[in-house]
Amino acid sequence: MRVMAQIAMVMNLDKCIGCHTCSVTCKQTWTNRAGTEYVWFNNVETRPGQGYPRGYEDQDRWKGGWRLAHGRLVPRAGGRVRRLARLFANPELPLLDDYYQPWTYDYDNLTTAPLGDDVPTAPPRSLVDGRPMAVTWGPNWDDDLGGGPGHLAGDPVLRKIGDDVRLQYEQSFMFYLPRICEHCLNPSCVAACPSGALYKRVEDGIVLVDQDRCRGWRMCVTGCPYKKVYFNHQTGKAEKCTMCYPRVEAGEPTVCSETCVGRLRYLGVMLYDADRVGEAASVPREEDLYPAQLGCFLDPGDPAVASAAEASGIPHDWVEAARRSPVYSLISRYRVALPLHPEYRTMPMVWYVPPLSPIVDALAETGHDGEEVGNLFGAIESLRIPLGYLAGLFTAGDIAPVEAALRRLAAMRAHMRRLNLGEDADPAIAARVDMEPAQIERMYRLLALAKYDERYVIPTAYAAGAGAGDAVAGCGLDAPGGPGMLETGAGVAAFHAPPGTAADDRLRGRINLLNWDGKGLPAGLFPPRAEGGR
Amino acid sequence: MKHLQIALWGVLPYLVLVLFVAGSAWRYRYDRFGLTTRSTQLHESRLLGVGGPVFHFGLLFVVAGHVVGMLVPESVTNALRLPESVYRENALVAGGAAGLAAVAGLGILLWRRLRVPAVRRTTSRGDRLLYPVLATVLLAGLWTTLAGAATGSYDYRLGVSVWFRSLFVLDPDVPAMAHAPFAFQFHTALGMLLFALWPFSRLVHAFAAPLGYLVRPYIVYRSRGASAGVGAGRGVAR
Repeated sequence: MRVMAQIAMVMNLDKCIGCHTCSVTCKQTWTNRAGTEYVWFNNVETRPGQGYPRGYEDQDRWKGGWRLAHGRLVPRAGGRVRRLARLFANPELPLLDDYYQPWTYDYDNLTTAPLGDDVPTAPPRSLVDGRPMAVTWGPNWDDDLGGGPGHLAGDPVLRKIGDDVRLQYEQSFMFYLPRICEHCLNPSCVAACPSGALYKRVEDGIVLVDQDRCRGWRMCVTGCPYKKVYFNHQTGKAEKCTMCYPRVEAGEPTVCSETCVGRLRYLGVMLYDADRVGEAASVPREEDLYPAQLGCFLDPGDPAVASAAEASGIPHDWVEAARRSPVYSLISRYRVALPLHPEYRTMPMVWYVPPLSPIVDALAETGHDGEEVGNLFGAIESLRIPLGYLAGLFTAGDIAPVEAALRRLAAMRAHMRRLNLGEDADPAIAARVDMEPAQIERMYRLLALAKYDERYVIPTAYAAGAGAGDAVAGCGLDAPGGPGMLETGAGVAAFHAPPGTAADDRLRGRINLLNWDGKGLPAGLFPPRAEGGR
Repeated sequence: MKHLQIALWGVLPYLVLVLFVAGSAWRYRYDRFGLTTRSTQLHESRLLGVGGPVFHFGLLFVVAGHVVGMLVPESVTNALRLPESVYRENALVAGGAAGLAAVAGLGILLWRRLRVPAVRRTTSRGDRLLYPVLATVLLAGLWTTLAGAATGSYDYRLGVSVWFRSLFVLDPDVPAMAHAPFAFQFHTALGMLLFALWPFSRLVHAFAAPLGYLVRPYIVYRSRGASAGVGAGRGVAR
């Protein structure tokens, strides 16, 4: 058993209202630069819908993820030799048109247009070449099923389950799917990078691009089945979601999580057995990939796991955080969170609680009590289309785990409604989904109340093999002479300090006048006065 | 005239070599972020899909041809009992085809760069200097191959190649180059300019050829503790 730790995320889709706050704050933080105009590390797409980039889930076309060749995992876009042979032109690269042509408006025209009879307009201009352009597609063109049934034809998940959904468009269901990089356990973008610039961090499993090693071969864009690695067309380098690692290292949630108004994101530590990942990713049946990935996760409450984790160099506070991890609870204890497209065999680590609301809504519209447990269970079973669609997203088409998760959510609604209406708790409701009433109430607390410090349980960073593995607080790197050596301890405080006050090692012996408040003499600028001087 | 010849074929090659090596080291040391292919495939893929591979693979064969033609002395092929006529035909067919492919590929790529506005916008000042030089070098080289074969009057393996090899024993054979036809001198001089531009232009991406990918495990792990950008990532086989 080789224990590794991963910062993972779960999103509760029932609470997502599609407000795009996560996307916007993420973009303001990370991709508001030239060359990344079209890049959304976080995007929210309406499902059913084409997604961003358009139809990215169609792996027959984009060749993302892994496939099984004679029992061995091979990148779907081809092995090493085939990738190198495609170095000079990558046939499976999405173009800007598949994302969208970024644009701005010629606002100048509003004030400089000559006097005339018509009100001046601000015509759209391409952000790529500056020329006038017609805006025909954008990052959320089919938001809220906008554009009608025609656009739905481009949804690869829908195409797999058949035409009847499109025919029932008017009575259809929809929900929002916020997406970031999955920070997979078996990342195919890393496997596709010829330069070895993409890597998975040993300590927290975050997948990053080394900007100094990336040579712009853009194979990672093809390799990622979620199309969450982007090519910066100005710098010629790949960029991707960083899981806001500077924040996570300091124990703070990512920007998308922090700013989520629905409080639907959960961050926490998952412990997994790295030796089992390869085997789990190569099970023959795609429907078995979800249970196989569940099998990789380790129970942090198990003393054997805890001691193996500490033997692998995982600090005690990380194991402690793993025990309190909301992500572990939703994924393994309550089994209500499911992975996105496990059939890509990348072992994704951003999971989703499937939405029960479309089913409750459908029930309510037919005049039934949408929160009565019998009605709900019946509806989950009879509304095959939402179920089939969700299974196409989360379990490679296997309806049983989706149904089980939805039944637990339904049981939670029914159970809590009785309590809120002052009725006696009915233990039979919990029993129908193999849970205890107390367990259901804990799940309710986590999912519905979603307190800040219960949603985000993030231990501060450490460095593997730095010899400071059991440091309880602070940075594992601040051993004397270490790269993270800070002049004033506490990693979190130093992270938030203005640059140069304490954290910047390079300033030793020099003075940063930016921190001088203008009063008195800047400390250290002049040599200390001799005793007995003026 | 003699001094010019000494300067061109006896001194300049070493200056270019110093610039090439020192410039590349400088670029690697101080501008690793700038080492990239600067791909424009995101904007346009159809023309690149043809031009890119044709140009690059053509160029790889051209480079291989230069290695054989410049470094293998005529005495070696004679000892291998390879008749000069066979060698020449081979060089003409293979070299000519590779040269034509490189020129055609570059033609497509340059046309694309000029005609696709989004691609044109990405063209840097360095590119504007580099592309004419690159195109002229290629055309001059193709000319020496095709015209040289047509007239058959000059054996570069007894002239240019001798001079090239003499450079590496630090005893430049200036007359061997000085007596070469103008087309060869032109091609060689511009070739030196190309090597001088190399570290400071997009040509550096040739050094990034990712051959290590062939022997690397698929998944790369790296510790947060490892200082960024130094050394290879710790590969763990899976």
